[in-house]
Amino acid sequence: MHTVLSSANRTVTIGHDQPFCVIGERINPTGRKLFQEQLRRGDLSRVEIDVAEQVAGGAMVLDVNMGTPLADEAALMVSAVKLVQSLTDLPLCLDSSIIEVLDAGLAAYRGKALVNSVTAEDERLAAILPLVKRHGAAVIGLPNDEREIPDDPRRRVELAGKIIDVATGRYGIPIEDIVIDPLAMPIGADTTVGIKTLETIALLREKFGVNMTFGASNVSFGMPDRHTLGAAFLPMAIAAGLTSAIMDARSPQIVRSVKAADVLLDHDPWGSAWIAAHRAQQAQAQQAGT
Amino acid sequence: MTPQELLKQLYDDTLVGNGPAVLELTHTGLAMNLGPEALLYEALIPALEEVGARFERGDFFVPEMLIAGKAMAGALEVLRPLLAETGAESIGTVVMGTVKGDVHDIGKNLVNIMFEGAGFQVIDLGVQVAPEKFVDAVREHSPDIIGFSAFLTTTMPMFKANINALAKAGLRDQVIVMVGGAPVTQEYADVVGADGYAADASAAVVRAKELLQRRRRAALPA
Repeated sequence: MHTVLSSANRTVTIGHDQPFCVIGERINPTGRKLFQEQLRRGDLSRVEIDVAEQVAGGAMVLDVNMGTPLADEAALMVSAVKLVQSLTDLPLCLDSSIIEVLDAGLAAYRGKALVNSVTAEDERLAAILPLVKRHGAAVIGLPNDEREIPDDPRRRVELAGKIIDVATGRYGIPIEDIVIDPLAMPIGADTTVGIKTLETIALLREKFGVNMTFGASNVSFGMPDRHTLGAAFLPMAIAAGLTSAIMDARSPQIVRSVKAADVLLDHDPWGSAWIAAHRAQQAQAQQAGT
Repeated sequence: MTPQELLKQLYDDTLVGNGPAVLELTHTGLAMNLGPEALLYEALIPALEEVGARFERGDFFVPEMLIAGKAMAGALEVLRPLLAETGAESIGTVVMGTVKGDVHDIGKNLVNIMFEGAGFQVIDLGVQVAPEKFVDAVREHSPDIIGFSAFLTTTMPMFKANINALAKAGLRDQVIVMVGGAPVTQEYADVVGADGYAADASAAVVRAKELLQRRRRAALPA
């Protein structure tokens, strides 16, 4: 199953037979005080740096979140979409919990975007899926409902099934355009949650064969040496069936771990991309040395 | 073991979150006639304060904070009825909940554990808590502090709705309102009229104690 995202002149395909899709998480002001202040003044210069760093790090899609309290998030989203699309031809993942922000962002976007995200709550499904359909976008589905974020992998799969049923049945969104988030929770708060995520991924793959993505940085929240944990967990999740992640594309350690998984799981035939990356790095080191 | 040695050991075991040892030392301490207040104020609370300080410095991590908080909570279950008998002033009562429309609870649960670890009594209303439920809980429990948690920019506005509901019920001045959650900032807390905000569970406890002390001092007759 292929989820195809695009910008004006580039497409990216997410699939179980494709190289893992690295979605850069960095264009997000949550927890970044300075960035928030800049955004409230309408200053988007930080976005340019975040784009450049993530493109250099190997991002294939960029997540754009403008969630700044006490600011006009819809206007910021429109400005950010236009700015980022002028800087890079990577497809974008438009990230907000506010419907109007998603609508405005999708209207400004050129290409086929990924919407982050819809939950299995009836109200959210009814508000967001029509937008996804109207703009011909793809959407990330989070398997939580009005009551809870389920712990049990089988319940997560049920709620994912509900999202898929409503999106395909009621709104005519193709299943290829639904990317399910199996939910990666912080292991620092409970070390049993990693296994539950892996189980959910395997069940989702078996039952629906859909593409999947999760917020990889969540996993290591509150723990030391977060990059090593991320670099270990991602290949496990990829082996179970994860096909993309919203992750720190600036961390060579984490990005290399998924590139290595690509080789080891035969998503990088003959290791060509792996070898090419190695040569590029050698050439860079040589250049730096001379 | 001398009483001093016991208090030291209880402090050390709480710091590293050794729950069974903390429980056993608490019982041993009581059997040695160390009062519940001595155990609480000379070992358990200082240990949790040290945990918080280490967490703030980046020397301790979330799991260590959690197990220390849980070890402390185990001891408090034994001590709380005894403290009530001695008529000791309670450190404080906190009503906590994730706001309506929001089902995220990991952050809130961490904060609860740290509050319990600091000796507060915590009444957790869970997730998806409507304003009227918070109002009812303030009426029923007369807490010193009420905490609202929100994880989404779309649910943060419920802070204001909750505060308005408290005001309408005539309860706003009876309780300290604290807010928190991933997208929440100090500026946002100020704008909605909350009394306090903190960026993490450990800082929340420190802030709560400050706010409570200020209020209690203000309430003293001149």
